[in-house]
Amino acid sequence: MTETQTYSFFLGCVMPNRFPNIEKSIRVVLPKIGIELEELEGASCCPAPGVIRSFSEPTWLAIASRNLALAEKAGHDIITGCNGCYGTFKEALLEVREHPDRLKEVQKVFKGLGLKYKAKAEAKHLIEVIYDIGIEELKKKVTRPLTGLKVGVHYGCHLLKPSKNRPWKQTERHTFLDELVELTGAESVQYKDKFMCCGAGGGVRGSNVPVSNDIAIEKMDNMIDVGMDCVLNVCSFCHLQFEVAQAQINKELGEKKYQMPVIYYTQLLGLAMGLESEELGLHQHMIKTQPMLDKIPE
Amino acid sequence: MPDSISRDTIDLEKIDRTFVDEIVDAGADRIRTCIQCGTCSSVCPSGRRTAFRTRALIRKALLGLKEEVLSSPDLWLCATCLTCLERCPRQIKVTDAIIIMRNMAVKEGFMLPEHRSTSMKLLETGHAVPINDANREKRASLGLDEVPPTVHSHKDALDDLQTIMKRTGFKTLIEGQEAEK
Repeated sequence: MTETQTYSFFLGCVMPNRFPNIEKSIRVVLPKIGIELEELEGASCCPAPGVIRSFSEPTWLAIASRNLALAEKAGHDIITGCNGCYGTFKEALLEVREHPDRLKEVQKVFKGLGLKYKAKAEAKHLIEVIYDIGIEELKKKVTRPLTGLKVGVHYGCHLLKPSKNRPWKQTERHTFLDELVELTGAESVQYKDKFMCCGAGGGVRGSNVPVSNDIAIEKMDNMIDVGMDCVLNVCSFCHLQFEVAQAQINKELGEKKYQMPVIYYTQLLGLAMGLESEELGLHQHMIKTQPMLDKIPE
Repeated sequence: MPDSISRDTIDLEKIDRTFVDEIVDAGADRIRTCIQCGTCSSVCPSGRRTAFRTRALIRKALLGLKEEVLSSPDLWLCATCLTCLERCPRQIKVTDAIIIMRNMAVKEGFMLPEHRSTSMKLLETGHAVPINDANREKRASLGLDEVPPTVHSHKDALDDLQTIMKRTGFKTLIEGQEAEK
């Protein structure tokens, strides 16, 4: 394993305040693969790229820059486990780097607050940092191969797009997350509209629940069709969406039709590394994860 | 009767010729190159199940139908998945254009109540989704700090953040509208 890297851990809103079990799995797994997390004390909402940015772009830019300034002060790059926060930081950095007047505008807003900001710190998604370690290196950590587990990979949107401002080699039909899933011994099973949105972003989850749920359920149906054991994500908002949409639709239907366990990548990797399911927060899901856990060979 | 072609007349007074310029100035600089091919509509996950048509929205914007565009609830059906922006053969930043128009809509007072409520939470707590009792308990049971080390744990950081939101005009934008209601 290469030397340890240290990042400022940006939590955001949904992860610490609604799905702390995901946060727990990240805090347990990342140090075991050489990624140290330092707290980003006093960070706030990123703020959300489709919601707050839609209401007041200058406010979005200033708050995003404040979070980045905190990391800059700590001397680390930001690491996040949410596609939305990732998108916000990537786009906010690009905006001030391409338009020096926007950087000045932000610095003016920061006046007297003791915040120095030069847009020096980078923002990384934890899946980007994990992938950089290398598939072969990561395979060495696997002690309990998840053989036979059928996983539906959901990349989400802001992790990949806009492709001009993302680190991936391809612009479409990505495979990095499938590779990361398959190194655990599980199978990444193809399904219809794999790269479609979860339906949560852009303020749709907040203001139009029927449309939002309908998008999520279409993805669930596509996964059920091919016999998936779980849906795997790398975004706290996609995670919320799949958990909540299934629960809400079941309630509407009056039957538990949708029971697809929703798993975050570090939970899957942790299982393959031999960690206990409770240590990875797998006992705190809205949709029970036991049926999936039962399929994992001891 | 074979009178099947409906006619939709746009009154001149409904056209705001500066509308597109505003969108271009705010960053969606290639919007005028739109050829109305419909790629944006065809890849839209919201459009698949609603009457929302991205192509129509862009066409209306180009025509200068400012009031119609800004007051339309359709403007808020975009999940910002960025697929249209990625696939547009004219490389128009479609999602950016939508976000720009949303900013204009909010300025004009068109804001959905759920979005105002999310904004109020950000103003008050520094989180669009703040902590609650159930999740404090969950955190503690997982062995995490009961309250995350964010603005939730740092009053001085929240003060700074609120100062920033005052300076950018966000407080007035959201609360001003609240007061008018």
